[in-house]
Amino acid sequence: MCMYDVIVIGAGVTGCGIARELSRYDWKVAVLERASDICEGTSKANSGIAHAGFDARPGSLKARLNVEGSRMMEGLSKELDFPYKRNGSLVLCFREEDRETLKRLLEQGRENGVEGLEILEREQVKELEPNVSDEVKAALYAPTGGIVCPFGLTIALGENAAVNGAEFFLNTEVREIEKTGKGYRLLTGRGSFEAKAVVNAAGVYADRFHNMVSPEKIHIIPRKGEYCLMDKKVGGFVSHTIFQLPTVYGKGVLVTPTVHGNLLAGPTAVDVEDPEALNTTQAGIEDLLRRASLSVRNLPVKQVITSFAGLRAHEEGDDFILGQAAGAPGFFDAAGIESPGLTCAPALGKYMAQLVREYLPVPEKDSFVAVRKGIRGMASATAEEQKRLIAENPLYANVVCRCELVTEGEILDAIHRPLGATTIDGVKRRTRAGMGRCQAGFCSPRTVEILARELGKDAGEICKNGENSRFLTGYIKDGIQGEA
Amino acid sequence: MGEHRNATREFVCIRCPLGCNITVDMEDGKIREITGNTCPRGADYVTKELTDPRRTVTSLVRIEGGELPVAPVKTAADIPKDKIGDCIKALKGIRLAAPVRIGDVAAENVCGTGVDVVVTANVGKG
Amino acid sequence: MEKDLVIIGGGPAGLAAAIAAREAGVEDLLVLERDSRLGGILNQCIHNGFGLHTFKEELTGPEYAGRYIEKVLEQKIPYKLNTMVIDLEAEESRKKVTVMNREEGLYQIEARAVILAMGCRERARGALNIPGYRPAGIYSAGTAQRYVNMEGRMPGKEIVILGSGDIGLIMARRMTLEGAKVKLVAELQPYSGGLKRNIVQCLDDFGIPLKLSHTVVDIKGKERVESVTVARVDENLKPVPGSEEEIPCDTLLLSCGLLPENELSETLGVKMNPVTGGPEVDESLETSREGVFACGNVLHVHDLVDYVSQEAAQAGKNAAAYLSGSRSGQGRGIPIRAVQGVRYTVPSSVDVSRMEETQVVRFRVGNVFRNAAIEVSCGGKILKSQKKQILAPGEMEQVILKRAELEQIEDPEEITVSVRAESRGRD
Repeated sequence: MCMYDVIVIGAGVTGCGIARELSRYDWKVAVLERASDICEGTSKANSGIAHAGFDARPGSLKARLNVEGSRMMEGLSKELDFPYKRNGSLVLCFREEDRETLKRLLEQGRENGVEGLEILEREQVKELEPNVSDEVKAALYAPTGGIVCPFGLTIALGENAAVNGAEFFLNTEVREIEKTGKGYRLLTGRGSFEAKAVVNAAGVYADRFHNMVSPEKIHIIPRKGEYCLMDKKVGGFVSHTIFQLPTVYGKGVLVTPTVHGNLLAGPTAVDVEDPEALNTTQAGIEDLLRRASLSVRNLPVKQVITSFAGLRAHEEGDDFILGQAAGAPGFFDAAGIESPGLTCAPALGKYMAQLVREYLPVPEKDSFVAVRKGIRGMASATAEEQKRLIAENPLYANVVCRCELVTEGEILDAIHRPLGATTIDGVKRRTRAGMGRCQAGFCSPRTVEILARELGKDAGEICKNGENSRFLTGYIKDGIQGEA
Repeated sequence: MGEHRNATREFVCIRCPLGCNITVDMEDGKIREITGNTCPRGADYVTKELTDPRRTVTSLVRIEGGELPVAPVKTAADIPKDKIGDCIKALKGIRLAAPVRIGDVAAENVCGTGVDVVVTANVGKG
Repeated sequence: MEKDLVIIGGGPAGLAAAIAAREAGVEDLLVLERDSRLGGILNQCIHNGFGLHTFKEELTGPEYAGRYIEKVLEQKIPYKLNTMVIDLEAEESRKKVTVMNREEGLYQIEARAVILAMGCRERARGALNIPGYRPAGIYSAGTAQRYVNMEGRMPGKEIVILGSGDIGLIMARRMTLEGAKVKLVAELQPYSGGLKRNIVQCLDDFGIPLKLSHTVVDIKGKERVESVTVARVDENLKPVPGSEEEIPCDTLLLSCGLLPENELSETLGVKMNPVTGGPEVDESLETSREGVFACGNVLHVHDLVDYVSQEAAQAGKNAAAYLSGSRSGQGRGIPIRAVQGVRYTVPSSVDVSRMEETQVVRFRVGNVFRNAAIEVSCGGKILKSQKKQILAPGEMEQVILKRAELEQIEDPEEITVSVRAESRGRD
């Protein structure tokens, strides 16, 4: 039995953001995650946008945390060393009759406190983005919109929380929650945990845990979004994040550069039953490419290097559910965190930590370390830095992933740092090895070898992500029966 | 194979990458005419294919103490096609100690075919 | 560091180019190889069938590479292993090659000439946009080949292969011989992308079915592949609803084409051919950058290593001529145009004053043609008409231009290579 002050369920960007804020205080904190790594749910498959904050209804928590998160992001990206860029965003309007909607969006944004919003006319839009569709009539320009690496942000928050004492338990699925005299007992696949307070940041599973303790039920709908990622060759196709006017299903399909220089198009929005339905579909991919092609001329579809799907945790009430669950003192929900959840995460973490603090008063720690250094990447380093890295450790000259120029030195860092990578996907999300145009064809055998060596395992035990996702199934001629 | 005694049979020659489409006219179970081959190897191939089909087998054997855990091997000449499976079984238990060099014999007279299995790459000590 | 000639890549193209350059008198050259041994992809191609043209015998990949490696060692041609070229720049005629390795760190080599011989890579799942889950168990055929043939590990037990290119066919046999069950090879096109003999000896010999005009439309399995669904495709290569068949398996291998690996060539700004994905070259295999040559699969994807070696030797020889300043003529190159069924040609121009007595022009056709003829024309005159029983996109073709013939033509504007079809059909 392990006793904690606060337990966070879920190590996505929301859970890690909360854990980092909780780790400022003198609590014993644990984070329970069912997957084999942090950043395995919604946080690993989304648009990677730091939204400016004009979409959400004024006065809603979404609106407040979005604008706050957007303002925090730049400073945080320096403090925690993750890739972020303020590239600005455009919401395109294709019909004269939609100008009113565009204007309402502008006003809503202003009311939410978004700075610098303006409406641009067709020529101005074309000047900013020559590849935008000729059909464009006007656009809402938001200079504070940005792009962020969702893995980078989540892992930075998680690592920093871990360094500040939060204990992460991976491969630890919460199955039941029981009320105890002092708080809650969480029964997991790896023993039971007790805590005075629980924060539910379980993404598409958040309703399950809420409903275990609260008589007032909530319902989370997994809303699938499919994406296509294009080669860095066409990363400069657009420089701003290009949205279309929003629909009832959200912000619609966007076309954006990613912070690493690829081009991304997506997402679709289809409600599904299965909270694990991370499959792409032919119809979905076709649909998203068709819709993206409304925004831009000649979308370079031939340059697609991968497609993927993510599930947003959509809640029927259409706002975040943040706070103590009804009838469950000390059980705090951070549920229904769909877009702009990534942007909100830093602000949402602070908000939730304050709620917990009101329930469970505690002083701040003197020992909190706010700064975290990321993995030093050869690809983004200057020639001088590259030389220095190699001089310090010659393994930085041993290229493992040639598409993204990732070296053995970086992979070793990813494996051995706090909350280090133990899987192929873990290495990929921390270093970008396998993210490039060959999609790990070249580097995966090498990454398997390095992981096995460093973790003291056999190559046959190395997994892509979950425990049943082994890369290799045995040795040659295992399947040959009998003697000659 | 009675149905082939007076039949026309089609083959794709595998002796070189050209892959000639070769037609064989059979009469009383004997070859009457071979057409479509670009070179004499094609005629030889179909004749053998009808009487004694043979293949070169390539596979791997385990290496102990090598820079690689396996070394590639091949049958030094072609062996009867129906012996391919047995040949692979015979290779299953073979362990060679590094270093090995191209041409080293991994298995003599494999499955009684009179053909040796030889190493096809140099693998140094690990 | 300064070098007369730097060869990027120590696979079959790089090795043959190096040997030819040395034989033509280049003393100061260096081969850069990113892997831990010379030989490139041949090291994992352990099947036989290599070298019939070059050595008049059938060798396995490592044996074929071995013959060239021996020559490189004999001639004491310097090479560096585990060395990655991370940048390539040109300032006028000087080329700067930025390289990196564990022993020497990061540094620049100044070269007077460069031969690009980086080979190609496989088309990945993403480029094919195959829908479904993204579990473990989906590999390119070449990645699987490496696991099996170099590491002795099996990437799966029950296999479906998409794509009937040679690597896919070869892997169907390799996986079978190593104890896996290959359930199906599916091919999107109505014809196989591989050599016919590989269908016989890799599929037919083992009773492995090949379904033409079929593709994978779904992949199931959240952690490891559990099944793939294949469906028939129509003339537009679109899946036909109702034709789906779900095949239980734990592995999907992809053999859906090779792409020349030209990221470095592009940083150098050489003119690219959108059809081949490789640089445009003239008869000396020189790219649009002076003193930069290309050969092998980085130039255009070959079926046969023998032709890679031949082409690379030509590049090595021409680089030597460039370095010694002994290249004759600098006249106008006549463009060679691929028309009517021919997708591209290599080279894409020929300078008559500079060419040797004969010049091999290699190309691929865009469809299957039966009883057709390859025609070469120039200045309104048919130079050549070569009858072909069958022409297929999977098999590279060649014609030979003769200098004497081209010299006869007054003021030639262009040479065209075309297919004159008698009938076009499906294989």
